[in-house]
Amino acid sequence: MWDNVKDFASDFFVTGDPLIYGADVAIVLTMVAIVSALTYFKKWTWLWKEWLTTVDHKKIGIMYVIAALLMLFRGGIDALLMRTQLAVPELEFLNPEHYNAIFTTHGVIMILFMAMPLMFGLFNLVIPLQIGARDVAYPFLNSLSFWLFFMGAMLFNLSFVIGGSPDTGWLAYPPLSEKAFSPGVGQDFYIWGIQISGIGSLMTGINFIVTILKMRTPGMKLMKMPMFTWSTLSSCLTIILAFPILTVTLALLFIDRYLGAHFFTLDGGGNPMMYINLIWMWGHPEVYIVVLPAFGIFSEVVATFSKKRLFGYKSMVFALMSISVASFFTWAHHFFTMGSGANVNAFFAVTTMIIAIPTGVKIFNWLFTMYRGRLSFPTPMLWMLGFIPCFVVGGMTGVLLSVAPADFQFHNSYFLIAHFHQVLIGGVAFGYFAGLYYWWPKVFGFKLNEKLGKWAFWLWNIGFYVCFMPQYFLGLMGMTRRLSTYGWDKGWYELNLISTIGGFLMGIGFLFQVWQILHSIKFMERDTTGDPWDGRTLEWSIPSPAPMYNFATLPRVSEKDDWWEEKQRIAQGGAPSPRPKLEPIHMPKNSGIPIIMSACFFVAGFGFIFDWLWMAIPGLVGVAACMLAHSFNYNTDYYIPVEEIKRTEAAAGRAI
Amino acid sequence: MAHSSNRAVAAPSHGDGHGHEGHHDLEGMRMMGFWIFLITDCILFGSLFATYVVLSGNTAGGPTGAELFEMLGVIAETFILLTSSFTSGLAVLCMNKGDRKGLIVWLAITVLLGASFITLEITEFVNLVHEGAAISTSASWSAFFTLVGTHGLHVSVGLVWMIAIMIQLGRHGINSVTRRKVGIISLYWHFLDVVWIFVFTIVYMMGVM
Repeated sequence: MWDNVKDFASDFFVTGDPLIYGADVAIVLTMVAIVSALTYFKKWTWLWKEWLTTVDHKKIGIMYVIAALLMLFRGGIDALLMRTQLAVPELEFLNPEHYNAIFTTHGVIMILFMAMPLMFGLFNLVIPLQIGARDVAYPFLNSLSFWLFFMGAMLFNLSFVIGGSPDTGWLAYPPLSEKAFSPGVGQDFYIWGIQISGIGSLMTGINFIVTILKMRTPGMKLMKMPMFTWSTLSSCLTIILAFPILTVTLALLFIDRYLGAHFFTLDGGGNPMMYINLIWMWGHPEVYIVVLPAFGIFSEVVATFSKKRLFGYKSMVFALMSISVASFFTWAHHFFTMGSGANVNAFFAVTTMIIAIPTGVKIFNWLFTMYRGRLSFPTPMLWMLGFIPCFVVGGMTGVLLSVAPADFQFHNSYFLIAHFHQVLIGGVAFGYFAGLYYWWPKVFGFKLNEKLGKWAFWLWNIGFYVCFMPQYFLGLMGMTRRLSTYGWDKGWYELNLISTIGGFLMGIGFLFQVWQILHSIKFMERDTTGDPWDGRTLEWSIPSPAPMYNFATLPRVSEKDDWWEEKQRIAQGGAPSPRPKLEPIHMPKNSGIPIIMSACFFVAGFGFIFDWLWMAIPGLVGVAACMLAHSFNYNTDYYIPVEEIKRTEAAAGRAI
Repeated sequence: MAHSSNRAVAAPSHGDGHGHEGHHDLEGMRMMGFWIFLITDCILFGSLFATYVVLSGNTAGGPTGAELFEMLGVIAETFILLTSSFTSGLAVLCMNKGDRKGLIVWLAITVLLGASFITLEITEFVNLVHEGAAISTSASWSAFFTLVGTHGLHVSVGLVWMIAIMIQLGRHGINSVTRRKVGIISLYWHFLDVVWIFVFTIVYMMGVM
């Protein structure tokens, strides 16, 4: 009996590596600390009522951001472990198996569990406020999306202490990811973690499309929407067209592994290259999904801090929309070396180059917005300014990679690694940081310390170039990606060491950001105006943080950047536009079903991962029961009475 | 087309239900969300069809569809599903007339037809496995079972869903919420019907030809 338990435990838990034991201890201690703190301060009910069951888009947004920052920490640790291993030739800091697992989880976490939730967090925090709505179209579904993401992310992260991490690269190419070559459970953690959170992403896409199309405040025509709203719309349209392909691809891989099917196997007529086509049909649009909202953020930031209307509004809208369409026609540029023939490669090379055109249009729009503007340089604007040169260089190396014959040299080298980190860090991460800094006062009601923010910015920005510029040269010198170590004779030593130093500079930058947040919480500098940046769009017209119903009365919009125009009118002696009479506000009720249903998904996923049907089936039954429970519940909303609205507005110092 | 039928189902919800909902037509918005969900489902099936088309010839020396498909059963399935689409349409017509009893009866008939479709499909799958064509036999059969099975899974989910809506109609009668729910399930049902027409054509007809 005891031996059985021991056998089981040594398979079930990851053993043998001191790093993992350290992580085990850290995880257990953190859990114990959280549980005892919640119990000691009697906060369980508060947590459940205010956060876990909330359907308020602002709170869901905050939870997304917290989860994303935690994932950024984990993905960042993975990155630093890799850079440490590569700092010096023939280092034995990580063994090759461990290295494989770490580059896999680094990629998956940074794209799917860091960039995506940070993006969804910003959608949630900003979009309803920007379009003058009181919530998203489907608040219940919004909560469900968050919890599905959260449970999927937890399931994926669990793999590193239980069962073993996936180690076949962030897109898990078969035949390596098939049962024959990856018999462990790591690959199944990968499939179920992404699958569960992917369902959530799909629903968020639908949710925000309907929110933006149907819930704009009176007078806000499509061509008067703020640019971040446009970028969200284009990103969500891409989500709904791309994510079903991911769902299918992962399902097929799972059927291969679980039922012995032959979609992507080497025997039985399977076709591994079909997986690579399918996954990139999702994967390429995916990178545009995460970068388009960053473009929207930069557009807002640059207009606000130039005190000018965004240059070329219509061309910007056209550029965003054309990128979301064109993103579906470039996927094969990820495998020019597959051997599809010259004609296919030529087609995908040209479509890839075409995407550079709308992107270039945007860069010029931002530059011309700044031209002759009254510029100021607080942290959001710094990230914007750091982004432009970084993204231009990253974009240009992308165009180099799109030249199919040349790609036979660049393919899977460190040149590629440097390119996509430059567009993903320089574009996506810088963009979301700019957004976080920009909207932070609106979300939390206090400002972030500018001085620490500037330290963080410069550390990140300098660290970025120190880390990734050498990698372009390493790529040209023949260093390929996913290499766990290299010899002294290669001549790659100095550049790798420099790159590692850059990586750690960015890590220090992240620590400065954490310090900045803690410092700002301690020395709370309240934003009492609701409009700390002298903003242009509707979210700045209400108190910070926004009251739970957002707008006491819905604003009537007549122009682009309506709040800015209104402020100009008032400054010139005009009267503020009249507000309609207060009316009771219709709001959705909180619900515990989303978190319970997502937990059931987690249980089902865990069961399938370990092939325990006794666990998977009850999990699925739980999911179905939650859906039915929700369907039968007709008591889902309530009204906030006028008296309460008056009290809340008065407390925020607003006259009604 | 999408727009006009969206209107038709959403419009009646204006008068009843909530006293004043600002300017957002909640039930209409939910209907629109479902249309967008159907777009995503189209892409899901599109990916599965593409997979099937690529792999259908890869039988790895095993049995082919042309050898094993029993067209009689498949044609019966097709007619049953098409009829159920028609009866779900009759249910919506009853709803628009305000006839709750007729609505529930036609939904019940739709459920029975859907259940017979699923029974026939399961029988077909069992027979195929007995004749040596399982999901692990070859890439061709993997793609077949996954595509047709995904459609069958959709139909099964629809059956449970339809029964839940029938119970809700019994409890709450026809109001803006149940009206939207019936509208959505009938939309879903017609969609599955259309997908089946593609399954019938691409998998079975082209398979035996």
